[in-house]
Amino acid sequence: MRDLQDRLGYLVLIATAVAYFAVYTTSLGRPPGSFDYLAILNTTMPLALVAIGQSLVVLTGGIDLSVGGVVSVCVAVTAATGGAPGWILVVLLLGAAAGLVNGLIVAFGRIAPILTTLATLSIYTGAALWVLPVPGGSIMPEVRAVLSNPNIPTALGWLALAVAGWWVLRRTRFGMRVYAVGSDETSARAVGIPVERVKTAVYALSGLCSALAGVFYVSTTTAGDANAGAPFILTSIASVVVGGVAFTGGRGSAMGAVAGAVALTLVIDVLFFAGIDPLYQSLFQGLFLVVAVLLGTAAALLARRRTT
Amino acid sequence: MTVEATGIHRAFGGVLALRDASFTARPGEIHALAGENGAGKSTLIKVLCGVLRADAGTVTVSGRVATAFQELSLLPDLTVAENLLLTAPPRGRLGLVRRSHLAAEASRLLSLYGVSEIDPRSPARDLAVSQKQVVELVRVLALEPDVVFLDEPTAALAQREVDWLAGHMRRLRDGGACVVFTSHRWREIERLADRVTVFRNGTHVATRERLTEDEAITLMTGRTLDATYPDVSAIEVGENALTVTGLTSGRLRDVSFDLRKGEILGVGGLAGQGQRDLFLTLFGARKPVAGQLSVGRSRISARRQPPDDGRVVARRAFGAVARRFGVHRTGERWSLRGPKDAIRAGIAYVPEDRKAEGLLLPLSIRDNIALTTLTRRSRAGFIRHQAENAAISDVTGKLAIGAGRATSRAAGELSGGNQQKTVMARWLLTDADVFLLYDVTRGVDAATKHDIYHLIADLARNGKAILFYSSETEEIAHLCHRVLVLREGRIAAELAGPVGDAEEIVAASIRETADA
Repeated sequence: MRDLQDRLGYLVLIATAVAYFAVYTTSLGRPPGSFDYLAILNTTMPLALVAIGQSLVVLTGGIDLSVGGVVSVCVAVTAATGGAPGWILVVLLLGAAAGLVNGLIVAFGRIAPILTTLATLSIYTGAALWVLPVPGGSIMPEVRAVLSNPNIPTALGWLALAVAGWWVLRRTRFGMRVYAVGSDETSARAVGIPVERVKTAVYALSGLCSALAGVFYVSTTTAGDANAGAPFILTSIASVVVGGVAFTGGRGSAMGAVAGAVALTLVIDVLFFAGIDPLYQSLFQGLFLVVAVLLGTAAALLARRRTT
Repeated sequence: MTVEATGIHRAFGGVLALRDASFTARPGEIHALAGENGAGKSTLIKVLCGVLRADAGTVTVSGRVATAFQELSLLPDLTVAENLLLTAPPRGRLGLVRRSHLAAEASRLLSLYGVSEIDPRSPARDLAVSQKQVVELVRVLALEPDVVFLDEPTAALAQREVDWLAGHMRRLRDGGACVVFTSHRWREIERLADRVTVFRNGTHVATRERLTEDEAITLMTGRTLDATYPDVSAIEVGENALTVTGLTSGRLRDVSFDLRKGEILGVGGLAGQGQRDLFLTLFGARKPVAGQLSVGRSRISARRQPPDDGRVVARRAFGAVARRFGVHRTGERWSLRGPKDAIRAGIAYVPEDRKAEGLLLPLSIRDNIALTTLTRRSRAGFIRHQAENAAISDVTGKLAIGAGRATSRAAGELSGGNQQKTVMARWLLTDADVFLLYDVTRGVDAATKHDIYHLIADLARNGKAILFYSSETEEIAHLCHRVLVLREGRIAAELAGPVGDAEEIVAASIRETADA
């Protein structure tokens, strides 16, 4: 049952991939080609990155609503400066700093994560509008070629790097502590885990992930918009849920959340090729979310009944 | 190394847990800390090991310190191996944790300390309470500490595990370590402790090398208790209340027995022989593989028989309808599809883990008590306040829950013993006929235990049927009319009670094991 919950993200991904393949082939009369896969990859990257950060926070038992604001700010700054490498570094630091502020307030100010990040979401979104009042800006073609090249799957390399990063993180002392804090904060404190520092760090990392997502977003869309981050709030949380990360913390993995992110992106394509009016997109996305989670829960229940 | 605390004050909210408390323990001794629940033992230990800061006073503790906490500090989602090796996991090159080595390393550690029945790969949340306690203790022992604090380490343990722990405590002491432990079982204190310190109301009362149980109780409570166990042999046992036939579930194999009105039936045996499965299955919380369960005939015909014409008469709009359709009846048998059905059939379950299985800590005492029976005292969904007040003051009075305290206080603020009484009060309101009491005195202080014994005897006197399990065999020996000894899920022996001597039950469980 535990295993099934942990693998929910992958199962859902496989199911949506099959659906995507089927719907695409029936509607266009040919299977999807390399161009389509590349497009999916490049559009998923920002969400996948935000989902990694979000899952780290959720693993400690928290939630980060401010990802939307951080992505917006980072999109705004990247687009406004044309994404010069020096500025990208600044953007990453900015994102990490924004996350750090969240972490410090949550961990040391002891204010509920949902309140803290709701407030900072508003602040960061406001800052994004100040940087980039009207949509626009640009990205250097060289940067675009390296990050989300429309012709070569460079993003695949970055995704692999993110996966490797998670693999390493899981094997550090910090990685173990993240799970420990989410599992039982009081006990974690009692066995000598610096709970506040772990919490601060996950929010900072979430900020960093959102910043990376912002850069990728500008690279994919070649322009910036100060409201670009808003959709990521719900979709990142949805990815985490579909990915099998427990909202109570302590269970799941960022890789599940990445699988969830890819699945959510595929669902939009499935809806498109199935000829469903984009007006109803969010309706069907929501239904998909509910069904995926319900199936996971039902399967877990069945498995538990069998073992006891 | 030293363990010394003087003039400690520590308050939680407005409640003073420690009041000018002092404590000293020496290297090379096993020092027992005795006192009722709420006397400040746990708080003192937390202050000594540095988890809590004292509001005033000085604490000097030096050396390598390790603590096993009463509420256990295992992380439920991590595996046993991760829990054991959290602070020093096996590392490979680049300093990364070698996850593949965790389980092997942990099982070596467990067997080093003589533990063989725990799978290092299983998540801590899946362990039985006693196994969790053992893992917590191994985690502490593995640090090879100079100063060890063990808060109620034996509350969840069976005799065999207590002996195991005692061996390690002595070994640490003989190696020069300072071992401080708390226990509500006097026999353990007598057996293990070199010195005993008694706490009462958050302050130090006495430290002695020799202390009898009576003296200790007087010191702990400030009053003397009469005979500890009520006399149950005088209670009249009536007709059958519960019949279990061929029950197979979890560890249980083909278990059959009768439980009669007014009877206190003990379930004994070594820990983990299926006792827990028995209680959970009877309460409908676990699905049996096979077996039948019937609840007393008179009850069914008197109160649950539908009218002859088969129509439902809606005496109480919601209650009656729910009752009619919720429980399926085949002859005398009830099919339990969940705790809800068990409750309707008049079965009450009081678990040992009050916080996890019974009590909602943030809610008030009265809400906790009223919760299961709200429908009975409400009309069209609205609670009838007078009826509610009457019912609650009736049971709280009967149980003397936290004398003089308002029932509007959160259940979380109560001591363990009073929490247990609150859970029992809830069930008293349900008019249940069968009480499943699973280790209800675990971690409860002597005076409250005493109250609970008398409460159980009162229940029996009022014709309730009681199935009683306790990790303290002593209690089963004194409190039960009959004792079923479980071994590997089967009833290995049935002893007529009151047995009086715990050794007899222990012998029965061990003798049978030796035969196998």
